Amino acid sequence: MAEMTYRDAVARGITQEMARDPNVVLLGEDVGAAGGVFKATVGVFDQFGPERVADTPISEQAILGAAMGAAMTGLRPIAEIMFSDFFAVCWDIVANEIAKTRYMTNGQVALPLVIRSGNGGGVRFGAQHSQSVENWAMAIPGLKVVAPSTPRDVVGLLAAAVRDPDPVLFFEQKSLYATKGDVPDGEIVDELGKAAVRRHGKDATVVALAAMVPRALAAAEELATQGVEVTVIDLRSLVPLDVTTVASSVAATGHLVTVEENPRLCGWGAEVASIIAEENLFDLDGPIVRVTTPHVPLPAADALEDAAMPSVARIVEGVRRSLQ
Amino acid sequence: MTTPLAQQLAQQTATRPATPPAAAPAPGTPPVQAPPEAVRLRLYQMMVEMRDFEKRAYDLFLQGLVKGTSHLGLGQEAVAAGFGAAMHPGDYTFATYRGHNHTLARGVQMAPVMAELMGRQSGLMAGKGGSMHLTSVAHGMMGSYAIVGAHLTIANGAAWSSKLRGTSEVAVCFFGDGATNIGAFHEALNLAVVWQLPVVFVCENNRWMEYTPISSVTAVAHPAADRAAAYGLEPLLVDGNDADATYAIASAAIGRARAGGGPSLVEAETYRHGGHSRADPGKYRPEEEVQAWLGRDPIPRYRQRLLDAGIDEAVLVSIEEQSRRAVDAASSAAEASPPPDVSLVGANVWADGGASWRR
Repeated sequence: MAEMTYRDAVARGITQEMARDPNVVLLGEDVGAAGGVFKATVGVFDQFGPERVADTPISEQAILGAAMGAAMTGLRPIAEIMFSDFFAVCWDIVANEIAKTRYMTNGQVALPLVIRSGNGGGVRFGAQHSQSVENWAMAIPGLKVVAPSTPRDVVGLLAAAVRDPDPVLFFEQKSLYATKGDVPDGEIVDELGKAAVRRHGKDATVVALAAMVPRALAAAEELATQGVEVTVIDLRSLVPLDVTTVASSVAATGHLVTVEENPRLCGWGAEVASIIAEENLFDLDGPIVRVTTPHVPLPAADALEDAAMPSVARIVEGVRRSLQ
Repeated sequence: MTTPLAQQLAQQTATRPATPPAAAPAPGTPPVQAPPEAVRLRLYQMMVEMRDFEKRAYDLFLQGLVKGTSHLGLGQEAVAAGFGAAMHPGDYTFATYRGHNHTLARGVQMAPVMAELMGRQSGLMAGKGGSMHLTSVAHGMMGSYAIVGAHLTIANGAAWSSKLRGTSEVAVCFFGDGATNIGAFHEALNLAVVWQLPVVFVCENNRWMEYTPISSVTAVAHPAADRAAAYGLEPLLVDGNDADATYAIASAAIGRARAGGGPSLVEAETYRHGGHSRADPGKYRPEEEVQAWLGRDPIPRYRQRLLDAGIDEAVLVSIEEQSRRAVDAASSAAEASPPPDVSLVGANVWADGGASWRR
């Protein structure tokens, strides 16, 4: 067991998989000798060399096209898109090509690849480097969508993503890169589509993802001092979506609150809410509440960004509303 | 340092310096070194089969049996045939939505291709893809891509994979003149050169983007060849209606890629006999231009060349009859196939064969 940062866990997860399987390769802007702009791939280049750790030009379409062509011919690439906002310049390759090719060819083409990307706000980068776009990916059939909240999960879920036979978008939350957590020694491999219950409480179910998980846990601490005990579920992946864990918790608590960084419209919480409303309505004893970023681009100034993103206070208030 | 391909081919093909496009360029100099007779007969057979196949597909469209849209390569057969004949069995083809010919050129049977166009169970992809996405991995036909430009980057990936795995496959990527103005073209060429990938990019310049002349929307006269220098590549122009010339340049470029000499960018000048897609009669094109290019139809032109070379006409007639029979058989088989089982709607989203997104 070692304490390590979320960013070091990324490098550890990549290293674990590249050491295991010679077909795993890494490509992206500055991922090699520079160790990545977020320093999340430090040491990988030194260990595996320039053939398997390929620095690319600023050409996001070329990066993802290369990953796709390599995946369909026997490699298992891990491609990096530096900021998830940049998916907007290569979304054709993601949404039209990678997501649909297995289906359109009726299973002839396999695309075992992972696209890692720095996602989310809280780091004062402004509207074009702070978006949470995991809901974009969730809207496209054919993509698996993963977003870890802890260093341990970074390693385990990244390993699962690399070994998965389908394309996986792996969202690393930028505001979590410096956070620390315990990571067991030895190989760690998780299963995609299994949520983790981070805290048990009888009064309400709070469902969160990535950076919103520690925030939801902080809100749960505060609510506990007020005599309200909440369950906090870390979804860990949006596709596959662990409906079972959420639904069984809601059956016990009768209340559901989702906490997401996405702007309000069509955030992933809306899908979770609609599933529970459609399938578990009579388990509910109060309204489903979504705590989201308002439907605005994220502003840069710390005071404004903090006001926009879901805060501990807003999560507490959201739980209170669901309990009324 | 490799000898420039243009130099190698100077005596063989119609490479020439960039000049403003003529309405109908003079036919290229016939190759000094013609391919072996067996190759020439194969090229002729491929072109005849492509032509017959697509004419039948058009007839079936008029009968309402081929649905949706499709984009015919009538008139452009010499490009797909020349490159197809020069490729090795394991090589990778990446084509566009105008990809029927490139699919047949890899040895894919006509019947499943026709059935795919008709949306039948026996289709190449069981009707899941349609005309614009023909794929047969078993034949090295790695897909037909319908969003302009994307597949140039994907072809790079297959070539990179071949290089990293230490195998010898070459990726050949076909695209239209219109694709030279989208960003992915430029991203792909730059990366292919930087990584020295075994990939050959083949621009089929048929002069019309869709409904607009490519010359009116492009900064240079030769949309691919004139951009080659920007990526440190030789400008390679070839008469795309001359199967001997396309075969020669294909052999040279593919051979260089396989030998570790890196990528090539070839511009094949050709013409589509019909419109952009099924819905388009192509009436926007000047009649004299169309007539001039119909006069350079690659198939009768090649037939005459083979006769001039002393090949017995009976051999050619036999190829033509065989092709017609093959198309008849393919369309009968396709028409006899039932529509796909509706359970296929939920098949093969994921590697487990299904479409489930929850647990």
